[in-house]
Amino acid sequence: MDFELSEAQTDLAAGVRRLCEGRFPLEAVRRAEGADQVVDRATWRALSDAGVFALCLPEDAGGAGLGLAEAAVVFEELGRSLLAGPLVATHLAAGLIDGADDGSTVVGLVERPDPPPTAPDGGSPVPVLVEHLADLDVLLVLSELGISAVDPSSLDATRLRRPMDPLTPVWSLASLPSGAPVAGPEVAKWWLRDGAVLTAALQLGAAAWSTDLAVAYAKQRVQFGRPIGAFQAVKHLCADMAVRTEVARAAVHAAAVTVDQPDVGDSMVAAAGAKLLADEAALANGRSCIQVHGGMGFTWDVPAHLAYKRARVLAGQFGTAESLAESLADSLAESLDGEHPG
Amino acid sequence: MDLRYTPAEQEFRHHLRSWLAGVLPSLPPKPRPDDWAGRRSYDTRWQRLLFEAGYAGVDWPVEGGGRGSSPVEQLIFKEELERAHAPYVGVNFVGLLHAGPTIIAEGTPEQRRRYLPPILRGDEVWCQGFSEPDAGSDLASLRTRARRDGDEYVVTGSKIWTSHAEVADHCELLVRTGDEGSRHRGITWLILPMDLPGVDIRPLTTIGGSTEFAELFLDEVRVPVANRVGEENDGWRVTMVTLSFERGTAFVGDLLEAVELLATTVSIAQRTGAWGDPGVRRQVGHLRAELDALWALTKRNVSQAARTGVPGIGGTVFKLAYTETRQRLGELSLSLLGRAGLAADDLELLDGSGPLPCETVVDDWFRGISLTIAAGTSQIQRNIVGERILGLPKEPVAPAAGNR
Ligand SMILES: Cc1cc2nc3c(=O)[nH]c(=O)nc-3n(C[C@H](O)[C@H](O)[C@H](O)COP(=O)(O)OP(=O)(O)OC[C@H]3O[C@@H](n4cnc5c(N)ncnc54)[C@H](O)[C@@H]3O)c2cc1C
Repeated sequence: MDFELSEAQTDLAAGVRRLCEGRFPLEAVRRAEGADQVVDRATWRALSDAGVFALCLPEDAGGAGLGLAEAAVVFEELGRSLLAGPLVATHLAAGLIDGADDGSTVVGLVERPDPPPTAPDGGSPVPVLVEHLADLDVLLVLSELGISAVDPSSLDATRLRRPMDPLTPVWSLASLPSGAPVAGPEVAKWWLRDGAVLTAALQLGAAAWSTDLAVAYAKQRVQFGRPIGAFQAVKHLCADMAVRTEVARAAVHAAAVTVDQPDVGDSMVAAAGAKLLADEAALANGRSCIQVHGGMGFTWDVPAHLAYKRARVLAGQFGTAESLAESLADSLAESLDGEHPG
Repeated sequence: MDLRYTPAEQEFRHHLRSWLAGVLPSLPPKPRPDDWAGRRSYDTRWQRLLFEAGYAGVDWPVEGGGRGSSPVEQLIFKEELERAHAPYVGVNFVGLLHAGPTIIAEGTPEQRRRYLPPILRGDEVWCQGFSEPDAGSDLASLRTRARRDGDEYVVTGSKIWTSHAEVADHCELLVRTGDEGSRHRGITWLILPMDLPGVDIRPLTTIGGSTEFAELFLDEVRVPVANRVGEENDGWRVTMVTLSFERGTAFVGDLLEAVELLATTVSIAQRTGAWGDPGVRRQVGHLRAELDALWALTKRNVSQAARTGVPGIGGTVFKLAYTETRQRLGELSLSLLGRAGLAADDLELLDGSGPLPCETVVDDWFRGISLTIAAGTSQIQRNIVGERILGLPKEPVAPAAGNR
């Protein structure tokens, strides 16, 4: 047992970080704020060249043949860069949708609510929202029953004026067509699991980014004659950010490794736990980062809000806090039932 | 990242498991928590059994008489013992985890010969006399004085919160040998035999009603200079050697106990009808995610220790997160007992399904409260994370009385 990152994994992370810092620094990423389209095709191709999308495809299918552990390490770096776009969906779709692996096709994803909105049996009256619609070549609809593909241009969609995250434009759909089936329940099940792990990795990156930004500010901003980081009220906020990040990182890495090494544990449970804790770390750290910045943190210019808003967007994908926690409790109760029959 | 165990690690586990399966049924029933004589003999007898089977001091180096196991084997050792409900390290804690390792690292050959084997065999019990009434978090301000008189130190002062003092044979004692303001530069590490004249032990009662720890009053106690470990005034460094001994496995037993308490909590919720409440289930699910993550973090810390040979700062992160998770678990299980939690007495349910485990839950809730205080409070741990991991500006250090 050796749960440290291997040298290859550390190098992979460093490579992706260099790529992001060099090619898509935050100033560049932010240029798309408020736009209908935030995916820059050249960026997407650069990501593809770096292997982001085809990382887990077998080598004979043109991929790198790596595991979800490597993907998680890469996605943490992408999360840290605050790069926008349907990264997880396109990664999952590699091998299933032509051109997803080489970055020529941008694939989005929406989870079909169950039961569907306005169903006669009392489904939610809230319409389905889709992120990044104007960037998409293909929209996949995911539910436990399977995956189907929809032509984005065929949808009756309304662009919402004020999306929460300025880098995640959102559309509301009048209805969600059933689309053409592309995969069955087995594939859907692992998409839900791996999607949770990779989204958790993005959240982890955002959580770490918020911590770094807050700590840097706490060292530099002086009040009462000292850097504010010398005050425990601030120092302890920062310490809690670091602790949440480390705990979430252990969970995310363990979930990814459990997917790759199925005999070490239950990967569904590990994925749900990782998503739950990474969501929480990203949200709480995003919030604390704003607080550490004081009034500056409430401005649009200071990017503290971006990670917080992104965290809110991602927290609603591949399981919410409520659904994840309940599924963890239910599976725990089931396993205990198994232990003590009767 | 590889979570699979090597064949050698699996073999270590299997041997241990079959030994445990053979030996555990032969143990006498556990003594009551307040039966100290009984606890001492129970815990030391267990240590003797470990010794005879070659498992004493798995985490001690071979030169010290230990097994010299790798950090991963230490993890497996603690995991298997906890899963098999083997006795906890109990009164052997300070000897095995603090005093012994310190003497291995810093003691003279005679000190090693004299003190190490009895710890491994379960013949002698140690306690830790570090904290004082006026020196807790700020340990370097301790004031218990040791005055040199020929080949003896004459020690006067008082210690507090000394766990297991009543049943201990020796105490690892920090004393001030430097001048008043010398702080960490004037501290010496002594072996104090607890039966010396002038040592007075007064038990303190915890909020749980037990006497886990005591106050030590030292009045002109004459300790041989030969009992000094390390140089005079070098005791702070000697102590730090001890503190860096554990390899990320300090809380393995505790964590697995928490996993079991979560299972108990589920069963309480199911039996009392609270399981139908999604709010309760979500709290349970959340705690499960946290405990799983902490188990993963333990493996990470152990893996790091295996590579670097020293425990990383990960232990601090772990302690902060674990102790607060554990307290939330305690809060949830106690709240699920509802009015049945008004007493720590197991309560028979009217449906004939047997007693509710109120004693376990209430005692655990009490103990949970100490976790964010003992071995460095959570506030101090946050300072450590902020300063040593994040590099934030240091806390001001109190100007000690006198010059510095
Ligand atoms: C169950 C138990 C067993 C123990 N066993 C032993 C033992 O065997 N041997 C031994 O030597 N000791 C033992 N201790 C003592 C333990 O190490 C101390 O209680 C601990 O270090 C805190 O010191 P204190 O109690 O003096 O609290 P204080 O240091 O007085 O702290 C009081 C409060 O002030 C806060 N505080 C203090 N300084 C700061 C700061 N700089 N910044 C922010 N907040 C601060 C603390 O966090 C705490 O909330 C034990 C304690 C417990 C609870």
